[in-house]
Amino acid sequence: MKVLADLPGWRAFRRNPMSLIGLVLVAVVVCSALFADLIAPYPSHAGSIGDFAAMDAPPNGKYLLGTDTIGRDLLTRIIYGYRLSLEMAVVVLAITTPIGVVIGLVAGYLGPVWSYVLMRLTDVFLSIPPLVLAMSIMGFLEPSAIHGMMAVAAMWWPWYARLTYNLTRAEKQEGYVLAAETVGAGMPHILFREILPNCLPAIFTKMTIDVGFVILIASSLSFLGLGAQAPTPDLGSMVADGAKYMPDSWWLALFPALAILIAVMGFNLLGDGLREAADASR
Amino acid sequence: MPEAAIPSGTAPPGPSTTKRRMSPLLQTLIHRLVASLVVLVGVSMLMFAVARVIPGDPARIALGPNATEAQVQALRHERHLDQPIPVQYWEYVRELARGNLGNSLYSNRPVRVDIAQYLPATLELIFTAGLMIVFVGIPVGVVSARYRGHWGDHVARVASIICVSTPAFVWGVILQLVFAYLWPLFPIEGRLTASLPPPPPITGFFAIDSVLTGNGSALLDTLHHVALPALALALAGIGQTARLTRASMVEIYQKPFIEMAHAFGFRESRIANRYAFRPALVPVLTILGLDLGALLGNAFLVESVFGWPGLSRYGVEVILHKDLDAIVGTVLIIATGFLVANIAVDLLVVLVNPRIRFARGRS
Repeated sequence: MKVLADLPGWRAFRRNPMSLIGLVLVAVVVCSALFADLIAPYPSHAGSIGDFAAMDAPPNGKYLLGTDTIGRDLLTRIIYGYRLSLEMAVVVLAITTPIGVVIGLVAGYLGPVWSYVLMRLTDVFLSIPPLVLAMSIMGFLEPSAIHGMMAVAAMWWPWYARLTYNLTRAEKQEGYVLAAETVGAGMPHILFREILPNCLPAIFTKMTIDVGFVILIASSLSFLGLGAQAPTPDLGSMVADGAKYMPDSWWLALFPALAILIAVMGFNLLGDGLREAADASR
Repeated sequence: MPEAAIPSGTAPPGPSTTKRRMSPLLQTLIHRLVASLVVLVGVSMLMFAVARVIPGDPARIALGPNATEAQVQALRHERHLDQPIPVQYWEYVRELARGNLGNSLYSNRPVRVDIAQYLPATLELIFTAGLMIVFVGIPVGVVSARYRGHWGDHVARVASIICVSTPAFVWGVILQLVFAYLWPLFPIEGRLTASLPPPPPITGFFAIDSVLTGNGSALLDTLHHVALPALALALAGIGQTARLTRASMVEIYQKPFIEMAHAFGFRESRIANRYAFRPALVPVLTILGLDLGALLGNAFLVESVFGWPGLSRYGVEVILHKDLDAIVGTVLIIATGFLVANIAVDLLVVLVNPRIRFARGRS
């Protein structure tokens, strides 16, 4: 904690109750995903096997959030759903961020021709509404969690290209870049050792917020039946399945829906808090 | 030097150097139309590439595993799939230019006819949601900024974050559960009560058609049906717009001209609604244009919750049936609509922001 307290911005972060709520929500979601095997009450219910004696049970002492139509514990499935959602978010961001950042750096640093070509390329992707682009890519693939990740990744990199492009354009004017150019540094050195480190805080902040939004888009895809397939515990498809049994089995749709809300909101609040703290410490 | 960063072709700001022949509105329009055309060609190439790059023979995928080899060959020839890629693209663009989006294998009709049938329902939903975003989101942001730090401001901010963080289908399910099942204020699904005959299809918008034919009961019934799905669709945008309007207004409040207005002793409401509001609107408008993209995408989710007979049901069906022409056609129509809406937003920004008079519109 001593180290944390010395970090610039931590005090500003700590003063904002919203950021702390975000941190707590994110901690809950991440811990559920990491330790799902330990904390889930009925780990076997993550698959297709349930407790046939307790089918479609409302929330009770044994099954805190109730059970689904084949007697699987809803809490267990939500915890494993968080694991899948976070895996998807991490994979998507790990693929898209480097691609977008490199394109943004090159377009921002090189002359107007490059920036025109590369930025029009991002325009093409950004001119299709995100969910529609992901859906249309799924149109050519078999629905599955892996393909869902690919579809979401295909639409995500332009945002990082845009962000890095704008940051690079601003950094390019700074004296340190001119100094590096004057002593004859090569382009890779200037891009990755000089400019990139100064863009990283903004990129990391965006990544934090985006974990939430990747979860949101991925769950939207699977809600439409275009993502992970049964019996994989996926929050979006759990809501879709549960919605068929409303209003009698209201818990089936409501709790997975709230679980998505908690995860997305947590990463949103945390990201906002990080940005404000970074601004305050500057 | 900052000047070095301005791409060639962009005149430096300042009234003395700009050509004053063309109105800024027209200039922006031409500039944006050219850029949009480039983007649209790019979208067509992208969708074409996606449809061809994906492993598997499009003709085989389209016909399904039960088709004979001869049928597959025939379709391949008909769609020019047996020719080199550039020829294929050329044929595809030529058909597009004639307004031909191909035939849907799912419905056995031209894709254009399918889209014309399903699009009005979706647009009706999106327009209603757009009105809710503008007439709820912006006022909430303005009032929140005026009373910043007040408890009402905090409530509005928390509510905005919850709205932004919730997928449209989650709102759909929650609103449907509460306001249609548990407390039946609104119908559960559909566009119109089944016993009512739909108004004659003049525009395809039930609300407008019922007004045109003077059918009051159909109008009320339409509005009653559209309210809940439109709200589910709008909530994320309302939160986003309220947040952005607030942030933008708060920034404007720091400006000297607001201080001067205070010094003159103008009433708070006048300062908020006139002097701070107009400049604050510029970034909000731009984001509203982008939000429309989210509305177009999220409409798919909301329609499937509320059984809304729009483009979504069609879109999901053609995706599950691997109906290539229909998928590409639907995406092209949506992308075109999105681009047109954003051009309209850019023109509005020119109208609202007098400073653009002195600088050419951005690329």
